[in-house]
Amino acid sequence: MIWVIGALAFWAIAWALNVRLAAGAVGRSRGGRMVIPLLFGVTVLVVWEGMVRGLAVSPVILPPPSMIGARIVGSLPVLWEDAVQTVLKGALTGFILGAGAAVVVAVLIDRSPFLTRGLLPVGNFVAALPIVGIAPILVMWFGFDWQSKAAVVVVMVFFPVLVNTVAGLAASDRMQRDLMATWGGSYWQTLVKLRLPAAMPFIFNGLKIASTLALIGAIVAEFFGSPTRGMGFRISTEVGRLGLDMVWAEIAVAALAGSAFYGLVTWVEGRVTFWHPSQRH
Amino acid sequence: MKNTLPVLTVIGMILCLWYAASVLLNAQWERDQAARAGTTISFAEIVPKTMSQDRPVLPAPHQVLAEVWKGVAGQAVTSKRSLVYHGYVTLQATLLGFALGIVLGVGLAVGIVGSRAMDLSVMPWAIISQAIPIVALAPMIVVLSNAMGIEARLIPKGVISAYLSFFPVLVGMVKGLRSPEAGQLDLLQTYGASGGQAFWKLRLPASMPYFFASLKVAIAAALVGAIVGELPTGAIEGLGARMLIGSQFGEPLIMWSGLIASAVLAGALILIVGWVQRLADRRMGARE
Repeated sequence: MIWVIGALAFWAIAWALNVRLAAGAVGRSRGGRMVIPLLFGVTVLVVWEGMVRGLAVSPVILPPPSMIGARIVGSLPVLWEDAVQTVLKGALTGFILGAGAAVVVAVLIDRSPFLTRGLLPVGNFVAALPIVGIAPILVMWFGFDWQSKAAVVVVMVFFPVLVNTVAGLAASDRMQRDLMATWGGSYWQTLVKLRLPAAMPFIFNGLKIASTLALIGAIVAEFFGSPTRGMGFRISTEVGRLGLDMVWAEIAVAALAGSAFYGLVTWVEGRVTFWHPSQRH
Repeated sequence: MKNTLPVLTVIGMILCLWYAASVLLNAQWERDQAARAGTTISFAEIVPKTMSQDRPVLPAPHQVLAEVWKGVAGQAVTSKRSLVYHGYVTLQATLLGFALGIVLGVGLAVGIVGSRAMDLSVMPWAIISQAIPIVALAPMIVVLSNAMGIEARLIPKGVISAYLSFFPVLVGMVKGLRSPEAGQLDLLQTYGASGGQAFWKLRLPASMPYFFASLKVAIAAALVGAIVGELPTGAIEGLGARMLIGSQFGEPLIMWSGLIASAVLAGALILIVGWVQRLADRRMGARE
């Protein structure tokens, strides 16, 4: 009982503190914007720990955060091996191939306004489809190892990036293109020096959507068959063995990898599109 | 409708590519068969054969269509082999998740707009929640709901699809509830309106276009969630389960028909929501 009361008390104190921080000058500073969500996250963990201990919830249903933390520290090599298999080999390879192919196809198709008009509705529709369903088919084609996972990721990231790139290539102004023409710029010069840079905010928008899709694709594909490593494999086998602390450890790693991936794309975006109004602070 | 011709051209190109790929990928099997029989086979003979295999590597479009037709019209609607039945199972989970997602998304958005502390503390985590691959949570949500004594498979699938669909609603509603201009809010204040009145009479109506626009994204996400929820959970009913069964028993046609059926379902749902959106826009006084 003391755990429950303690957790609730911590919650109340943290909440009051957060309200004060948010109302004060701290909430407007850069540091405050980091501290407040962190405090909220810590509160969730403390309440979780307190509730699980206080109400004696079985670890088979919900393990406390401390147990998950211990499991993460205790099985770092396994987690690292899984992350390499799923994130680096599966998701990242597929992401680079798929996004690269999408940009190339977009540039090719952009030469024909007729095809562009046809492609945009079709691409938008396909981007909304549950493409993960293609995972079992691709696993059958490319085998159990990471190649099939990368293939699923390629298909999943292709359409969002394609649609955004096609939209982005249309983003440069008429005036700017005319200016390039008066300077005698060739098609390729106009493309590389004006239209691709102008398309970058759109392309990165697509890449950000694709970065979360990539991990989903890589993990789903592992449910359909994989070598004896990988995050999806580990999750499905550990759920079967009721090793929920290991499952949560993998989820924590997945969340970390997903956020890091998204953060990386955002960071590169800031470097590449520093001129765009949304990047000015 | 000036886009009809280009769209049809693109679809035609995709179909051509599909046929070409199915000939290329399926040809090897025919060649192997011929080699086993000790005969040689010419390319002209291979082409028609690649389009009528029982277990092709890549089925030709008309084979998939025939399989979908068989699944829709060839069975009683209640049959376990009917795509309508499986589609209905998936649709239930999708709509449950969609409804939960709307409630959660709108609720959080109201809290975030109303309280600065909540804005600063919850919003970053809502963004991070979308970076967590939901599929990692899916098997565990199923085990959790089993352990809590929920037998129905509908609930875990609904939870997963709610997890995916609440985010677009949240983002759209936060934007929408903040869309009234300062001048409008000031005007209500001069009328002596309370915070609640400002919310009901100004903020909420102003957010409606944003709300309906986000629903379109949310329904697509909800369907993805329902299907993903069926994949790792050992479900035996639903379009996702259909694809899983096709994969486990090496029946590509079942897999592809499941995939096409889910695409059709997605298209229908998006159309319906788009129609509701236009209707709502018109009632809100939007001119096209």
